[in-house]
Amino acid sequence: MTPEPKSEQPRPHGWIGIHRGHKARPVEWLAEKFIFLVSLSAIAMVLLIFLFVAREAMPVFFGEANTALIQPTIPVAELDKHSPAELQRYLDLTPEQYKSVDHDTLLALMQGKLDEQNEVPENFRKDADARINTTEWKYLLQSHQWSGYDRPEYIWQPVGQIKKFNIIPLIVGTLKVTLIGLLFAVPLAVGAAIYVSQLARPRVREVVKPVIEMLSGIPSVVVGFFALLVLATVLQKIFGYQTRLNAFVAGIALGFAVIPVIFSIAEDALTSVPRAYTQAALALGASRWQTAWQIVLPAAIPGVFAATVLGFGRAIGETMIVLMVCSASVMSWSIFDSARSITTTIAAEMGEVVAGGPHYRILFLLGALLFAATFVSNMIGDFVIHRFKNKLEGKR
Amino acid sequence: MKKLLSILSVAALAANLHAGNITVKGSDTLVILAQKWAEVYMGEHKDVKIQVSGGGSGIGFAALQSQTTDLCDASRPAKAAEIAKCQVVFGGKRPTEYKVALDGLSVYVNPENSLKELTVEQVGDIFTGKIKNWKEVGGPDAPITVYSRENSSGTYEFFKEHILKGKDFVASAQTMPGTAAIVQAVVKDKNGIGYGGAAYGGNSKLLNIKRDDGSPAIAPTEENVINGTYPIWRHLYVYVNPNLDKGEIAAYLNWIRSDEGQKYVKDIGYYPLPKNLRSN
Repeated sequence: MTPEPKSEQPRPHGWIGIHRGHKARPVEWLAEKFIFLVSLSAIAMVLLIFLFVAREAMPVFFGEANTALIQPTIPVAELDKHSPAELQRYLDLTPEQYKSVDHDTLLALMQGKLDEQNEVPENFRKDADARINTTEWKYLLQSHQWSGYDRPEYIWQPVGQIKKFNIIPLIVGTLKVTLIGLLFAVPLAVGAAIYVSQLARPRVREVVKPVIEMLSGIPSVVVGFFALLVLATVLQKIFGYQTRLNAFVAGIALGFAVIPVIFSIAEDALTSVPRAYTQAALALGASRWQTAWQIVLPAAIPGVFAATVLGFGRAIGETMIVLMVCSASVMSWSIFDSARSITTTIAAEMGEVVAGGPHYRILFLLGALLFAATFVSNMIGDFVIHRFKNKLEGKR
Repeated sequence: MKKLLSILSVAALAANLHAGNITVKGSDTLVILAQKWAEVYMGEHKDVKIQVSGGGSGIGFAALQSQTTDLCDASRPAKAAEIAKCQVVFGGKRPTEYKVALDGLSVYVNPENSLKELTVEQVGDIFTGKIKNWKEVGGPDAPITVYSRENSSGTYEFFKEHILKGKDFVASAQTMPGTAAIVQAVVKDKNGIGYGGAAYGGNSKLLNIKRDDGSPAIAPTEENVINGTYPIWRHLYVYVNPNLDKGEIAAYLNWIRSDEGQKYVKDIGYYPLPKNLRSN
């Protein structure tokens, strides 16, 4: 019996492919698995962040937070008449904290609760607003006529005796600044992309392209500082509006941050239009300008759209520029009024809130909202880019 | 034997060094002053190390409660809820409050503004938006641009509670990240008005303030703040866990409130504590 030649034996695959390939290369295998884990960690990170943000915002969703200024109190002497669960909720303690405190501390805490109610200034005692839980959805989303105002208004004033958490001015402010930024950035960026990809001589292209892309390397603090000191004054002189720091200035400054994003994606899209399109148009006697404008741009429109959507995602999440330039939570669609964006609100207020308090929860709610907005816009952008790629490469 | 003793003494010294670590956290208003104090005190007491950081009064109380700081700087008195939270971890004891300095808050306007004085009530009405034009208070016929602090600031809360009487700031109030930013905005905006520590006024004009219509207008000078005639002022505080208020920390707190420590208060732009307030 001749033994079968060794080469015809099926190669051993070993444990999870550890012997796969010509030779066993455990080091490479390990490296590969490690890189795989690293790439997974990005996905896990996104998921964890979202879960964390959502978890912190949960109590607001379920209406568990209560911000009413005047709340029923329990006299200190009645400490023993109430169940531990009731007391723990009344004193805002976690179950572990409740177990760890002794009887005297409990008494002191009960007294503290009474002191808190006694601290309420006289002029708020008769105020109907003092009995409102301002974290209810009704007060977060609808206008309400607070005492001292002559009509229902949307108000974000989260610090004070009566905490007003209406998020509508922040959403309006965010959209206002973002849209101004896009209206400014998209024509400039797409125009530059058409020029660089279609019309410019190679020499010029080699200079212009990296310079525009370098814009994205400017830290947004620097852009914000420039807008705050220089741009605001210049624009006010040109347009003559009342408020020096407003949504318009912030939008223009934001445009500078968004231009490189839109430019580089739009430029990619325009360049990846097959050369056959251009050559056919030129051969038929079209000028370079006609070719760029009527053939290449329409063919690349999905890419340009995707660039805009990704630019939107970048703009809506930008913090520093808007924070530095305008931050009044005024409810107005006028571009020459100020605005307060969601990012500004989170960045400026998170540092001082009581962890776990209603203000903290609502900032996380805003964070979740922002996360959802950028996630959806990035998804749309990505989706459109892929569809467009397949279409141009003739796969579908 | 001698060797053993010297090793022991080195160990004791090391332990001593460790005991001499004091962390201070809290109000941004106080952070420069606290750093100055720490610097001078460390220069005189080589074995003490003091770490100062800011973040805001609320942050300070949170740190005091989580016992990650020894001293909490605050530009406002502790709220009942904050005291209660501290009591949970201090074994029922309330945090000890020390007043450490006085701060006079000024109202800034543009140097070109012809206005010289306002009553406290008028200041409140301007910041709530009830008064919208400078001519309503005797100034030029121009709309008022209001500059305010971020709502994370202790100064913001003080102003809202005491000058605005708890009412909301006008929605169009521009919130600035710091007092210096307010001053800069007011200097650039001839219709602007802002508020902040008297020492930070820079090139802006500080208005004289009247307690009410009948009283004289008072300038925010040291003398007027200390004798209490200037109407917008507040105490600055340091809070400490009473269980830690001994040894090195107690010595440091005493030094802060002594003539020696109070000497530096004025350099930073606040006002020293009157003698009668120094002993608690």
